[in-house]
Amino acid sequence: MIWRRMALIFLVLVGLSAVLAPKVAPYSYSEQFRDSPNAPPGGKFLLGTDDMGRDRFSRLLYATAVSVTLAPAAAALSVLLALVVCAFHGRVLSGLTTIGMSIPWMFLFIILRAELPLNTAPEVSVVLTFALMGVAGWAGPARVLSGSIREMMEAGWMLHARSAGIARWRIAAVYAWPHLRSVAAAQFRALAPAYVLAEASLGLLGLGVAEPVPSWGNLLRDLQHPDMVRENPALLAPLVLLMLCLLALEAFSVRESVQ
Amino acid sequence: MKAIACLVLFASLSGAASQQELRFALHSDPKTFDPLHVEDAASEAVRYVTAGVLVRVNRATDQVLPELAESWKIIEGGRAVAFHLRAGLKFSDGTPLTSADVARTVERALDPKENSPAGDSLRTGQAVPEVKVAGPLDITIRYAAPKPGIDRLFDGIGIGPTGNAKLPATAGPYFVAEFHPGTFLLLKRNPNYWKHDPAGHQLPYIDAIRIDIQQNRDIELTRFLRGELHLIPKIDPDSFDRVAKEKPGWGKSAGASLDSEFLWFNLAPAKSIPEWKKKWFQSTAFRHAVSQAIHREDIVALDYKGHAHPAAGPISTANKSWFNPELKPLAANPARAAKLLAGDGFQLRDGVLRDRDGHVVEFSLITNAGHRPREKAAALIQNDLKKVGIQVNIVTLDMGSLLERIRKSLDYEAALLGLNLEADPMELMNIWLSSGPEHSWWPSEKTPATPWEARIDALMMEQASSTSMAVRKKAVAEFQRIAVAEEPMIFLVNPDFLAAVSPVVKGLQLSVAPPQVLWNVEWLKLE
Repeated sequence: MIWRRMALIFLVLVGLSAVLAPKVAPYSYSEQFRDSPNAPPGGKFLLGTDDMGRDRFSRLLYATAVSVTLAPAAAALSVLLALVVCAFHGRVLSGLTTIGMSIPWMFLFIILRAELPLNTAPEVSVVLTFALMGVAGWAGPARVLSGSIREMMEAGWMLHARSAGIARWRIAAVYAWPHLRSVAAAQFRALAPAYVLAEASLGLLGLGVAEPVPSWGNLLRDLQHPDMVRENPALLAPLVLLMLCLLALEAFSVRESVQ
Repeated sequence: MKAIACLVLFASLSGAASQQELRFALHSDPKTFDPLHVEDAASEAVRYVTAGVLVRVNRATDQVLPELAESWKIIEGGRAVAFHLRAGLKFSDGTPLTSADVARTVERALDPKENSPAGDSLRTGQAVPEVKVAGPLDITIRYAAPKPGIDRLFDGIGIGPTGNAKLPATAGPYFVAEFHPGTFLLLKRNPNYWKHDPAGHQLPYIDAIRIDIQQNRDIELTRFLRGELHLIPKIDPDSFDRVAKEKPGWGKSAGASLDSEFLWFNLAPAKSIPEWKKKWFQSTAFRHAVSQAIHREDIVALDYKGHAHPAAGPISTANKSWFNPELKPLAANPARAAKLLAGDGFQLRDGVLRDRDGHVVEFSLITNAGHRPREKAAALIQNDLKKVGIQVNIVTLDMGSLLERIRKSLDYEAALLGLNLEADPMELMNIWLSSGPEHSWWPSEKTPATPWEARIDALMMEQASSTSMAVRKKAVAEFQRIAVAEEPMIFLVNPDFLAAVSPVVKGLQLSVAPPQVLWNVEWLKLE
């Protein structure tokens, strides 16, 4: 219970700092102090600066806002799409999810990313990046949800409801959804951190969120240089924050499965 | 028993001491050992140290020196070159090397069925030179029209034996003795290599070269710092600084390289670009203003950690033979940039630049994903241009998509890329001739769109067809003046050539022309 509370407090704090980033951050994420590249952590720059003289602390706050807001939104989109696709029964659904899961979505993502209009504002580009992830990730939750629906269709209460002539939409909304909600919520919790990590992987490939918008993914690219990390351990801050967020989310998932 | 073990150990140690082995790494397997089909960097590295050539351009002095050819004459007003081979030449397997081998190699390179990249440099358009063997040691190659630098062309043509051996015999300092794909290559000294030092000692000095295949550059660096590798032939600025810090003196810089980083606007009649944007891009004043707003010195300091030089034009300042010394790198001057824009009808209101019709000045800049220096340069340029009210949207694309856009679909507005060039301006023909396939701002133009492009075409053809160095230099100097005056390509920096070499390697003469480290491999020693 104590862990759950701590996790909740931590997530609320992270959420608040993300929402209040423009107010809390000492500088803009794109402001370049060209006289102070790679400055060590100190009074003026809490976590130091990057190699273009941008304040790491401000960038971390904005990056948190980007990743913490958009990754759950993408997860919600995936689950929503999965629910829509689950309207198809039987072989069609099975075939669709098999196709969806067998697509090498990383390559598909790179192709789709390349086909987007070039003159997209960085902020819009970030939203599109996560939206694409959300669209690409429907197949996993669809498979799990379809299993639950199958079980439900054979349940005694469902047979009773159908034989009593209750409208299908009412069965779905009033009787089935409370059963499905917990499964959908579990899928959401599993996908949200997965999308944070996916964006980080794309960032490492240089294909995630475009400059100058920060995200946990593109901040993690600095960790590719171990000597830089040795000189400035504050570079580990996005990694530590990411791990703590994942642990906090996991604490909720564990609680849910115990229940 | 102990005595035998000691003897074996002694024998192996003494053997190891007498056998010198230079060790370095390549980032991928060489795709071919056929010197006429080399396209990738790994194959080129192996080709250079194994293939025998008729002449060699000294990378330090730029002089053409004899190799397999003992002497040569440029005849018939630069139309032909007559080579006289050394007597008694042999390939590494002991078979004799004669003018028949040279003729066969040149004919193979020129054969369209072979599709040889080496042959492209020998052709002049569709015209193919005539190859005539005049004796076992004499051969003449004749063109229909004078060919500038006719002798230099043969620095890149590796003379090979007959047959299709997997590991072919060679006439250069080394031959490939073992190849374990994905693991390593072992090159051994060519026992029949013709070259000797002044004391009569047969070259090369080093007995063998072990080239490990190592994709991961961090591991390569760690192995170098541990002493397991003798050199890293090309290193990035971050790694160079780490080497300089941990092993002072092991990092080697040749100064500004021949490479250039630049950006350009799409001037082709692409449907995807609105008419008003085309007008901006076609305006010389707009291009000058963008160029003037960019702080090249910041790109040098922040992006390349000081290991680059601001570019002054299309030819690197490092290219002593061809760079026009009248040209100077452009110092950033946002005030002048603003003045140029105002003079061209642009207006700055509330930090946003608008053209005379009220359109907000905004364009996308594409560059290749994963190339950190370019991504950083783009971010710096974005910030610089914001100060004059121009909004730049950076888009990083995988290389395939990027090339598709800049070469075929022409669906882009501006691009940031780099060029790896060799010293001779013949290299620039594909880029600067308006009909050239790599003519950045409008590939394969049917006719020059502007008078200055027509003038560049004329100058390029003049330097490519004259055998007089003075005429060529004059044409190239004027071309550079026009390129800077019109700025269809905005040159940013010339990155330094950086390498890491252990002090046990002696005889190194770092050059800016490739292969910068190993160009005199036969003279290197390990101490």
